[in-house]
Amino acid sequence: MGSNLARQRGRGRAAGRDPAYAKALRWKRAEKASVARTEQVKEKAALRCTWRSRIMAGKVKWVTDIEKSVLINNFEKRGWVQVTENEDWNFYWMSVQTIRNVFSVETGYRLSDDQIVNHFPNHYELTRKDLMVKNIKRYRKELEKEGSPLAEKDENGKYLYLDFVPVTYMLPADYNLFVEEFRKSPSSTWIMKPCGKAQGKGIFLINKLSQIKKWSRDSKTSSFVSQSTKEAYVISLYINNPLLIGGRKFDLRLYVLVSTYRPLRCYMYKLGFCRFCTVKYTPSTSELDNMFVHLTNVAIQKHGEDYNHIHGGKWTVNNLRLYLESTRGKEVTSKLFDEIHWIIVQSLKAVAPVMNNDKHCFECYGYDIIIDDKLKPWLIEVNASPSLTSSTANDRILKYNLINDTLNIAVPNGEIPDCKWNKSPPKEVLGNYEILYDEELAQGDGADRELRSRPGQSLGPKGGRSRDSGRTVLTTWK
Amino acid sequence: MLQEESDLSLVIAQIVQKLKGSSLYAQLERQAWGSWEKRILKSLNSMCTELSIPLARKRPVGEQKELLNKWNEMGTDEPDLSLFRPVYAPKDFLEVLINLRNPNYENGDSLSFRTHLGLIQVPLKVKDIPELKEFFVELGLTTGQLGIDDSTQVPPELFENEHVRIGQKVLAEQDSAAAQQYIRQGSPTALRAELWALILNISSQPEDILYYEQLKTNVIQHDLLVDSLIYKDVKLTASNDDYYFVFEDYLYQVLLCFSRDTSVLGHFAYNSASPPKSYIRGKLGLEEYAVFYPPNGVIPFHGFSMYVAPLCFLYHEPSKLYQIFREMYVRFFFRLHSISSHPSGIVSLCLLFETLLQTYLPQLFYHLREIGAQPLRISFKWMVRAFSGYLATDQLLLLWDRILGYNSLEILAVLAAAVFAFRAVNLMEVTSLAAAEAVLADLSTLKVMPLLQIFLFATVT
Repeated sequence: MGSNLARQRGRGRAAGRDPAYAKALRWKRAEKASVARTEQVKEKAALRCTWRSRIMAGKVKWVTDIEKSVLINNFEKRGWVQVTENEDWNFYWMSVQTIRNVFSVETGYRLSDDQIVNHFPNHYELTRKDLMVKNIKRYRKELEKEGSPLAEKDENGKYLYLDFVPVTYMLPADYNLFVEEFRKSPSSTWIMKPCGKAQGKGIFLINKLSQIKKWSRDSKTSSFVSQSTKEAYVISLYINNPLLIGGRKFDLRLYVLVSTYRPLRCYMYKLGFCRFCTVKYTPSTSELDNMFVHLTNVAIQKHGEDYNHIHGGKWTVNNLRLYLESTRGKEVTSKLFDEIHWIIVQSLKAVAPVMNNDKHCFECYGYDIIIDDKLKPWLIEVNASPSLTSSTANDRILKYNLINDTLNIAVPNGEIPDCKWNKSPPKEVLGNYEILYDEELAQGDGADRELRSRPGQSLGPKGGRSRDSGRTVLTTWK
Repeated sequence: MLQEESDLSLVIAQIVQKLKGSSLYAQLERQAWGSWEKRILKSLNSMCTELSIPLARKRPVGEQKELLNKWNEMGTDEPDLSLFRPVYAPKDFLEVLINLRNPNYENGDSLSFRTHLGLIQVPLKVKDIPELKEFFVELGLTTGQLGIDDSTQVPPELFENEHVRIGQKVLAEQDSAAAQQYIRQGSPTALRAELWALILNISSQPEDILYYEQLKTNVIQHDLLVDSLIYKDVKLTASNDDYYFVFEDYLYQVLLCFSRDTSVLGHFAYNSASPPKSYIRGKLGLEEYAVFYPPNGVIPFHGFSMYVAPLCFLYHEPSKLYQIFREMYVRFFFRLHSISSHPSGIVSLCLLFETLLQTYLPQLFYHLREIGAQPLRISFKWMVRAFSGYLATDQLLLLWDRILGYNSLEILAVLAAAVFAFRAVNLMEVTSLAAAEAVLADLSTLKVMPLLQIFLFATVT
């Protein structure tokens, strides 16, 4: 998808003088180009060699711009045929860059009914750190306004059921609000994260205002350009009391597949994992700069001296469950896992209204969750393109199976997709996924379930628990 | 009357038989252990000389301080261990057991033993399946089990809920004997830590915590050669294990203290082995200058740390973890690496395993023997480690529940045989020891209780 911007920018001296005119011109040209491109694609398809199309008839044609064996092996084992993006394809596993282009005004094109892609057009509403927080805050306010019991607050003004994201501010936009909050508890630690980056890049911890002076809007010494969204940061209250196991900090990586946002239908992969830091945790201020203590991203940890390539510092979620049940008891462990499921569903509900629920799309998210020492889970972020790199042999098997199960749900029977299908796969194809939330099913069950099924209260008799032997979680929330 | 008399004479005859046998075996054991012990000590001493490291030395104050600071993260302190080797590995020990011979073999104590084609050549009495069925009656098909009847398909009302309720009652009443009986059907995960403590009679009294602290002080003040062996073992085994790597630092804390714990010497009273002795420098052979080395009399071998690792899933308080491990060791684990005729001793377990296989899976047994893959060569390492590191942790804990419940390690041999039975079809097709090892390399997906139940109660014998 080459950008036509370069060509368009130079046209017409009139455009250079009047920005509004220039914009209108750009829109007109873009529309024309889009129509032309769609025609082009159709023409190409029609002109293709008939013998080739006969051979490939009935087989799913795939494209990807992510060269990972866990993907490609899965396509090939289904007998799918690899094509290029300029050809007639049915399934495109794209990077987030590509999805931006496909749905962009200038370079985009319409997808046909037999084409499926692995991202929602505006997934960033959930996967950008600042937008996720914004949407959750908006969602909470809306619930509060309509008097929903979910938005209930405690005597300190904290949400009882919806307080699952650490206090966060956008910088530099909310700088002053942040300073106010910071001064309330000056000994607190905060974590600075660039909005648009991944893998732990650019993250650092601060405990003094002077460390983030350059994000101050009023700062005269600021050479920081605030408009550029690439440089935008979020600053969140750092969870300095994480639950430690073996003295080490860890976080949870859970995979969640969303096939549609309205109605919301999402699945949780049973085989999530914990990522441990290789170095013992210490909240000591002298170690705030030591990323091996604080950041669990494998991309960071694997450069540590003690990184082990056999287990990769990872534990299965089942191990975590066994450990917690054995050392803390069954009730609190079940409550923890229920809460984790709850916060994932709430985060999806929060963005559902603003999501472009394009029927050609599905998405597999990587949720990062941290548990604190009071066994409360916190949503740290959601990744649109969870890493498909394998750091250990077990990892490779896990990710291979993850893609396999994802494809079984997104592309039923491995046949040429029809995006108009009802997106309700039969139970047998779920593999290691289990239904996390199905809005249609939930609505069909009647309104009385809502009150009984908030976290911390026992689920009704039908409510089972995920455990080692894989009992399915039946969620009954609305 | 007549019946009673004949019963009595039968009993007497059995006792006499036992006594006769035991002194014989005691002699045998002493001989065998004596030579094995000499070998181990020789190995230890030569390592000592080669590396010019003393068996023990007092740490300088600076080093003591450093160690104290690093007590909770000894895993990151990596001394150069490349020159250290484990004193012995399970397979070395197996060779010793294979070479055990009963000098009175020709008397034909048990005629059937002549046809025993396994590696163990000592005719100890082992149970057959009917006797095992009686012994392990609670594992039967009609009794509820955790590890089977708590799976997804079974509604909890049928067994699990009630079982948990009973478990809570047992704990509330602090009834150790009842706990032992209860745990034969498996322990709910949330109750296991307390149940094991109850059965092992461990309660964290202040004096226990003090004792542990004292041991810790010993570690800080003195450096022992075995410490390096312990480090090496942990680094080679637990640190690379998917389940246990997280607990690496706890393992050092427990094992270093363990090696200095002279109360462990007490178990040698009922262990036919004797603790290895060393002599103060320059006083070789003079009994007044003999000391037990290491102080607890136990020389760690390759894989020793795996006895402790699974316990870290249950106890995260170091002194409690330590006590539980020590008790498990002096009750059970020591039998897995010392030579004795005890039914739970490793020799009996090996013989039980081989006999079960030869009697109930003869085709498989002969086939494996033909291709040079004596089954014991593969299963020995599982039994010596009580399956730690081979099974998934939740399954291992269910297995160890039964060890505690029946106060016997025989279940290890039964499980080993059950595993072979389970994979018999694949094993019949292999043509080499390496291929057989490959078929049995990965036990992490096995469900222990169904395997045991099927082998004991559902196989036609």
